Amino acid sequence: MPERIRPGGQASAPVTTESVAARTALIALALAFLSLFLILPVIVVFSEALRKGVAFYLATFTDPDAQAAIRLTLIVAAIAVPLNMIFGIAASWAIAKFEFPGKSLLITLIDLPFSISPVVSGLIYVLLFGGAQGYFGPWLKAHGVEVIFALPGIVLATIFVTFPFVARELIPLMQEQGNTDEEAALTLGAGGLRVFLTVTLPNIRWGLLYGVLLCNARAMGEFGAVSVVSGHIRGLTNTMPLQVEILYNEYNFAAAFAMASLLTLLALVTLLAKTLLEMHYGEALARPPRM
Amino acid sequence: MRFKQPNALPGFGLTLGYTLFYLGIIVLLPLAALVAQAAGLGLGGIWAVATEPRVLAALRTSFGLAFAAALVDSMFGLVIAWVLTRYRFPGRRVLDAAVDLPFALPTAVAGISLASLYAPTGWLGGILAALGIQVAFTPVGIFVALVFVALPFTVRTVQPLIAEIDRGIEEVSATLGANRWQTIRRVLIPMLTPALLTGFALAFARSVSEYGSVIFIAGNLPYVSEIAPVLIVIKLEEFNYPGATAIAVIMLAIAFVVLFAINVIQAWSQRRFGYA
Repeated sequence: MPERIRPGGQASAPVTTESVAARTALIALALAFLSLFLILPVIVVFSEALRKGVAFYLATFTDPDAQAAIRLTLIVAAIAVPLNMIFGIAASWAIAKFEFPGKSLLITLIDLPFSISPVVSGLIYVLLFGGAQGYFGPWLKAHGVEVIFALPGIVLATIFVTFPFVARELIPLMQEQGNTDEEAALTLGAGGLRVFLTVTLPNIRWGLLYGVLLCNARAMGEFGAVSVVSGHIRGLTNTMPLQVEILYNEYNFAAAFAMASLLTLLALVTLLAKTLLEMHYGEALARPPRM
Repeated sequence: MRFKQPNALPGFGLTLGYTLFYLGIIVLLPLAALVAQAAGLGLGGIWAVATEPRVLAALRTSFGLAFAAALVDSMFGLVIAWVLTRYRFPGRRVLDAAVDLPFALPTAVAGISLASLYAPTGWLGGILAALGIQVAFTPVGIFVALVFVALPFTVRTVQPLIAEIDRGIEEVSATLGANRWQTIRRVLIPMLTPALLTGFALAFARSVSEYGSVIFIAGNLPYVSEIAPVLIVIKLEEFNYPGATAIAVIMLAIAFVVLFAINVIQAWSQRRFGYA
């Protein structure tokens, strides 16, 4: 790698970079675009949330519906994230450690939920479990089980949209690491579970944390898919993003942005943790993944 | 012939079995419901829904604006990826992390934030209104929201390739008499073209399917600023499952065409440049 070039300084390799003027202009352009399109909206969230003062801001969280929404979001994430984590570990073990036909098809199918519109992700569960017209709708109704417009539907839709996060982080990571560590442990007499817990898990822990972080951020923030299956029942089936929508549509902007500010904080903390993981444990993560 | 290659490690049956079971109930079964519903409609039924004037207008809005947003994001994504990879300046790391904001920020939050920012009473909306430009509640608003959500796809697709470019190639180009602009245009851009196309396709696919960040700023006026996912929701609220399914199938078909295109681009790039 040639020496880094500092703006305004002497260029050490002038033929492989742009003139100072061009560099400054490009940096200014990137800065302007990112500030205008990405950073300004985040500032707006906090500015709008605090528009009526800190007291009003804090008071919005004492509303029972707001608290119910926060609780529901935490419950949904607490179910969906561990399930997808277990799935991600199982899938990456099978796919990365063994050779079998149909593997690339399986990886494609695991990635499938990322290519499907959030609204369609909700729709497919309505088609399956919805009231009178869903395939299992009449049967569920006869047995008194509520899926759509209730917690199970919200959980299912959330699991669907966050399905690939852990698996797609762990599969390439475990493929890179190969089987030799585990094989050595086996020859030393360790059992299967012990090999996984003492050899594999320490090797993949940062990648696992990375995948779980991204999975959790999406699970708590999902809007489209959850909106389709939730039915928007106040205090019952509204997650935090849905509560944001309802408050906003009622022109209760300060309360909507107060709730949104919590989700924004979650996003900022996730980004910070992600950046720190990439900086300090970049070697222990898979190739730069996409969310 | 055996199904699995010989291997000393345990747990293959258990983990593969669980993977297939979980994939089956969470992903494949619900998608099968969609396919079954669509099969019930038949091609004729889907075509009938697709050619309803309101659906046609929504599809045109969705695809047209997604194309425009992906194009703008591809151009700025290249500049941003280049600046973040090649130049050193204060605040670079923060800016690099900020590129992922649209991934991390819930879409509903982005939606209400952009809507109030560009509303005639908002910070930017006020300035633009003075210039006679209305963004919120028009197709331009949808475009702005799509530019926001799709940007990381274009930046993050080109960025690793820019980092891997061998500077020796640029030196060779310079010693052969090319000026910097010629090197960029004739040497660097062709090398980055596959990644740019892939980034464009990913940004386009994401934009077409986006819902949460668009609905607040769009105004959702039929025939003007109504996108296809909104029509799916409207049809579902009317319990018109076949109508919702037909639009969903059209969108899925387009998504698969895009995915297929990405694979073709990468296969071509592998042959042409030796990397995907």
